[in-house]
Amino acid sequence: MKQLLAKRFLQLIAVSWGVGTLTFLLMRALPGDMAYRIAASRYGMDAVDSRAAELVRAELGLDGSAWSAYWQWFVDLLSWNLGNSLVSGQPVAQELFHMLGHSLLLAVVGILLAALIAIPLGLASAYYGGWLDRTLLALSTALRAVPVFVIGLLAIILFALELSLLPVAGFGTLAHLVLPALTLALSLAAVSNRVVHTEARRVFNAPFFEFARTKGLRPWFAFRHHGMRNIAVPVVAFFGIQLITVVEGVVMIESLFSWPGIGHGLAHAIFARDIPVIQGAALMMGMLFVVLNTLVDVVCHYLDPRGGKLA
Amino acid sequence: MLKKIALLGLASSLTLPALAEPTTQNTVAVRAAFEFSSIDPSRAGFVFTRMQILETLVDVDEKGNLTPALATSWQISNAGTQWDFTLREGVKFHDGTELDADVVAANLNLALSKPGALQGVPVTAIEAIGKQQVRITLSQPFQPLGAVLAHYSASIMAPAAFDEQNNVQALIGTGPFSVYEIAAPHRLVVEKFDGYWGKKAQVEYANYLTGHRAEARVLQARSGQGDIVFGLDPAAVPMLKRLPNLNVIHSDLPRTLALKLNLAHPNLDTIEERQALSLAMNRQGIATAVLRSADAATDQLLPEYMGDWHVADGTPQLTPDLAKAAALMQQAGWQKNADGWLEQNGEIFELDLITYADRPELTTVATAIQDQWKQLGVKLNVNVTNSSAIPAGHQDGSLEVALIARNYGSIADPLGVLVKDFGSEKGGDWGSMNWNNPSIQTTLNNLVAETDQERYHQQAQQVAKAIYTEMPMIAVASYVQQTAVNKRVDGFRFDPYERSYFLNELVWTK
Repeated sequence: MKQLLAKRFLQLIAVSWGVGTLTFLLMRALPGDMAYRIAASRYGMDAVDSRAAELVRAELGLDGSAWSAYWQWFVDLLSWNLGNSLVSGQPVAQELFHMLGHSLLLAVVGILLAALIAIPLGLASAYYGGWLDRTLLALSTALRAVPVFVIGLLAIILFALELSLLPVAGFGTLAHLVLPALTLALSLAAVSNRVVHTEARRVFNAPFFEFARTKGLRPWFAFRHHGMRNIAVPVVAFFGIQLITVVEGVVMIESLFSWPGIGHGLAHAIFARDIPVIQGAALMMGMLFVVLNTLVDVVCHYLDPRGGKLA
Repeated sequence: MLKKIALLGLASSLTLPALAEPTTQNTVAVRAAFEFSSIDPSRAGFVFTRMQILETLVDVDEKGNLTPALATSWQISNAGTQWDFTLREGVKFHDGTELDADVVAANLNLALSKPGALQGVPVTAIEAIGKQQVRITLSQPFQPLGAVLAHYSASIMAPAAFDEQNNVQALIGTGPFSVYEIAAPHRLVVEKFDGYWGKKAQVEYANYLTGHRAEARVLQARSGQGDIVFGLDPAAVPMLKRLPNLNVIHSDLPRTLALKLNLAHPNLDTIEERQALSLAMNRQGIATAVLRSADAATDQLLPEYMGDWHVADGTPQLTPDLAKAAALMQQAGWQKNADGWLEQNGEIFELDLITYADRPELTTVATAIQDQWKQLGVKLNVNVTNSSAIPAGHQDGSLEVALIARNYGSIADPLGVLVKDFGSEKGGDWGSMNWNNPSIQTTLNNLVAETDQERYHQQAQQVAKAIYTEMPMIAVASYVQQTAVNKRVDGFRFDPYERSYFLNELVWTK
């Protein structure tokens, strides 16, 4: 266990450096003059002009070499300083925590809701099969094929307009969280219920499960003692992967519901060439990925300790 | 009734507890598309003046006339190079401190050092003369100074708003509303300020929420969760108009959709070519089908109500005249080839157009123009990029054609913008490009010192005519702002200069 954590810690450092460097290179390789991009985001499209761009260039020292900017970033990183946003002037860490907090909240609630929807449906469709399985397959395919944006709009129309139960957009109260989380959960459950289904089918048809049933165990008992763990391992791993893609990949949901999350913030930072924010966000995401992967590994190990010691 | 009770129960159980209470009952919900990335007025001041936290020395009425605000009067002397502003007495900032000349001078000097409307004004000194007077000294007369001081970047804040390095650390203004909560870049809640010097607000709170997507804003208007919703998608307006709880208000803006042309490009260097391109456009079609507002079509850059700058005897060219356009192209030496493209010396008439996605209609209009010019035989390649590509392309000379939305009312007197845009052969980042008309350019530059109204009008008309006939830029349509206002509030009016939402004039209807 200790060995695993030490290994993952080294991985964390390598990932942080790699991700930061790669984003730096990619951002530098993007076309367009950074000073103009930053000026457009700072002052708005009506006020961006060459004078504003020159002021930005002078203020931020954008004429300096890429090497010195990179070196500065690296030194700052060692002292755990992510720098200031080029657009707002606020510390990057502060902006990231504001956005990441909202994203994590949305992601965790979304995943939990998705699990509540996907696991019972996936198990039921695997157990009963037949028309239930076919309906769910069609429904999942349809939900997956529709952009998440459309699901969100439909949810707004139903819950906010027709039933007027929930607010259309915004953040800050629980009521504001429901629709974005539900939208997210529906699009996630569309895939994960099929994963649960497949895994459950694999287990239900396995010889050991059949044996458990033929030796006379009641269905629920057989499921609890011989099914659950076997199904859980791949499902937990899958949810873990979903969680990370959700944290960074819900730009559409965030902008539809005016949710101040990191996906949306990152997209805007890229338009604005706000390199410290992009690097900070990528770094945070990279680290989160390693941490979540470690957590998933640990959980899977406890679910299925047969692999021997964690290494 | 049951539904209502259930709803109340749900709402109260879902709302997190808060100490002081902006509730939906006492808060006007304002929804618009703009983010505020910072609390510095030079960057996002437009949100803070609109929400009436910050104020400026001078105000602007709906006709563009200057009116007193924090300054009650101003005298111009020394042949227009010395402006003395007398400050209003008894004005208090939200933190209780008093407005005086030192504070105003410090604010304006700071604004001078940042990008904003004051850039380009020939200021030599801004100083306090006594407690109630501020003197601005210029190196040469600059007639639009009053309008410049009405710009959000010249907002006045209390000394406590700045830290030692003069960075803005809090928004402390003099307006009828003070900051209650600010969560950049999306949400701002303001509460009424009882110490306000002017018309005090009736509504207790107002909140501003950035709604990026036009669809979401429309839904907020529909559901009653947005009391005042700006920037409605034109396609949704007919549906919103049918709703009993909403008024949809249609207002003209001094913002124009126009083509910026590089006159040094061999395909754009003659008046005939530019006129032909203008004639080939179906402005009526674009206004009706894309902007959903037939009367938005225009071939003039400035609107009719800016009388000095609108050519009075122009004959509006709103529908295409392809025969005349083709004849003009022929005069300029272009022949149609077998594929239908115009050709000269073996090269076809091809142009690159850039536009930006910040305003969704721009890309649609760009592709409409692409198709309309194709019928004339002009091959137009459309690239959608960032708004900063236009000034950048202007500076490095790579820009050929750009479709832009230019706000001629960002400063209440359009002269300042026009001098920037058309005042030299090089032109402006958002104006002409390589337009060589020295006599008109001199006239335009001299206007900043012109004080005689009659002569000003005549010379402004000369400039407007030159722009209209020589077409260094081609106007396509003007902007119409559609705003949904919920009937639970009364007294809404729209500011065409977009300086204020006039929230202090709102009253609850019930």
